[in-house]
Amino acid sequence: MKNLSVKIGDLVFRNPILLASGTVGYGNEISEFTDLNKIGGIVTKSLSLKPRKGNPPPRVVETASGMLNAIGLANVGVEEFAKNKIPYLKKYDTHLICNIAASSVEEYVECTKILTGEEKISAFEINVSCPNVKDGGLEFGNNLSAVAKITESVKAVTNKPIIIKLSPNVAKISEFAKVVKDSGGDAVSAINTLVGTAFNIRTRKPKLFNVRGGLSGPAIKPVALAKVLEIRSKVDIPIIGIGGITSWQDVIEFMIVGATAVQLGTINFINPKASELMIKELEQFLIEENFNNISELIGSYII
Amino acid sequence: MFITDAIVENKTELENQIFLLKLYSPEISRNIKPGQFINIRASENNFPLLRRPFSVCDVEGDYFFVMFKIYGEGTLYISRKQNGEKINVLGPLGNGFNLNDNSKTALLVAGGMGSAPFSFLTKIFSDKKEIHTFIGGRSSHDVIQYGLKNIYISTDDGSLGFKGNVIELLKNKINNFDKSELKIFACGPTPMLKALKEFALNEKIECEVSTECGMACGFGICQGCPIQSANDENKFLLVCKDGPVFNVKDIII
Ligand SMILES: Cc1cc2nc3c(=O)[nH]c(=O)nc-3n(C[C@H](O)[C@H](O)[C@H](O)COP(=O)(O)OP(=O)(O)OC[C@H]3O[C@@H](n4cnc5c(N)ncnc54)[C@H](O)[C@@H]3O)c2cc1C
Ligand SMILES: Cc1cc2nc3c(=O)[nH]c(=O)nc-3n(C[C@H](O)[C@H](O)[C@H](O)COP(=O)(O)O)c2cc1C
Ligand code: FES
Repeated sequence: MKNLSVKIGDLVFRNPILLASGTVGYGNEISEFTDLNKIGGIVTKSLSLKPRKGNPPPRVVETASGMLNAIGLANVGVEEFAKNKIPYLKKYDTHLICNIAASSVEEYVECTKILTGEEKISAFEINVSCPNVKDGGLEFGNNLSAVAKITESVKAVTNKPIIIKLSPNVAKISEFAKVVKDSGGDAVSAINTLVGTAFNIRTRKPKLFNVRGGLSGPAIKPVALAKVLEIRSKVDIPIIGIGGITSWQDVIEFMIVGATAVQLGTINFINPKASELMIKELEQFLIEENFNNISELIGSYII
Repeated sequence: MFITDAIVENKTELENQIFLLKLYSPEISRNIKPGQFINIRASENNFPLLRRPFSVCDVEGDYFFVMFKIYGEGTLYISRKQNGEKINVLGPLGNGFNLNDNSKTALLVAGGMGSAPFSFLTKIFSDKKEIHTFIGGRSSHDVIQYGLKNIYISTDDGSLGFKGNVIELLKNKINNFDKSELKIFACGPTPMLKALKEFALNEKIECEVSTECGMACGFGICQGCPIQSANDENKFLLVCKDGPVFNVKDIII
């Protein structure tokens, strides 16, 4: 038996495969396809203090080997989540990471306070990088002192690990990772989606109601890998790699450039069994390459 | 819901660029209802990336049918599938038409490819109620009559049937029917559904419509397919999970 488990701070994940925010709702639909007990963890859709209706359609459009989304953080809000979604997730022996999005530092703090008492929640992932809302979102993710302030403030109201989800839409992502570390953050997730757009050439209108959206899927994988590598080479903080993963080979590649764990996003829409299927293949790879622990791969790149 | 490889049993080009695929899949065929859909993976590679949604057109035993028009890359890839090839499908998805209502006569109203779900519905309703079908298209080439009954046709260019749109045709004929026993089932482009909603509400005729929206997942995890609820201003419904079939009273079109 090979050891697939990885550690982020005190959290032990049975394997490095987590499901990304916004691509698995609150777990109930995806659990029809994937046994959540087999994967490392699940990250919820971004939650805000009050429910959010989200943007009008069109919200999604396909682009070359990727897709743009402008959902606008449609979510049920923290209270409804705690009341009606956590009970379902409690049935599963997997890490529940609660993703929070807000339009002010106070709102981040308030959401964290409300949820921190929930035993089932293993950690918080703070979304400072949503490109699809007017207030908050990227405005925070682009601003070093805002990221520092948010990290410190949420850290102060919870004992659970804080993971900051970083935006790739910045010049130097490693500077943001450094600020997270210096402000007491436990890990970073990289990357959220890249800002993009698409237009219809006949009508000359945007294909998304919101005009701009977030690019995800295989098209962004090389960018995501480069961002993870940049953070790994400059800052000593655990990284959760995200962006365009569709195969077990992609998981390994992210770990080699420095990711401790990974999250699968867009692939869940196409093959909601993907996460579970990859686990066996990871084990096979360790056998072939003579590793006992998958964690030996983390940052093992040779340049 | 299943994810399964369906096998192409047969492919027919019904009209220029409009295809009917007969697919073998006991899981899908035995569980799917009229108005539900399946999400097809057009290629095994990353392009086209997302699945493409299609209504179930008909079912015969362990086989189900999909009728589609070549629109862009995804449908082009699907149209190239040969007999014996596998197509990965996810389904059955969404809520289909209400099959348990007690109307005596069903009026099926279709615009263009909107006729796709009605072959199966016609089959299921055949021994229960009288069925009349209204199909509209731009020209005669858009009017597909596969598996339909008692057909009234309209075309924008007048190349077949009534010259005009299908809702005008429906208005012209509505007095031939006893309104108290009618129910309308419709599928087609948004402007058609919009006009139909107004008509059905004015005439006080029960009406269910199958809606469309760009989708990423098809089963409720991406929030990509909102449609405005008519009952709660602060709420979007999801076309893939709450629909695609809705009572017209429940949505803003
Ligand atoms: C529930 C449902 C049932 C359908 N049933 C049928 C059917 O039985 N027969 C048929 O011919 N077509 C049907 N369609 C439409 C069909 O899915 C599209 O024609 C197909 O996705 C086009 O793909 P493409 O790659 O060829 O076109 P492309 O132009 O390359 O891609 C279409 C892309 O546009 C997006 N898109 C944006 N708006 C819409 C919209 N209003 N409708 C569909 N896609 C949109 C899609 O997400 C897709 O990614 C149905 C759509 C839905 C939602
Ligand atoms: C439809 C959709 C909705 C998303 N919603 C959120 C969200 O609410 N919060 C968040 O932090 N990230 C969200 N993301 C970003 C993903 O979690 C992930 O960072 C991104 O999609 C890149 O990974 P991928 O290429 O594997 O999809 C969303 C992505 C998609 C495609
Ligand atoms: S298409 Fe994903 S929620 Fe409807």
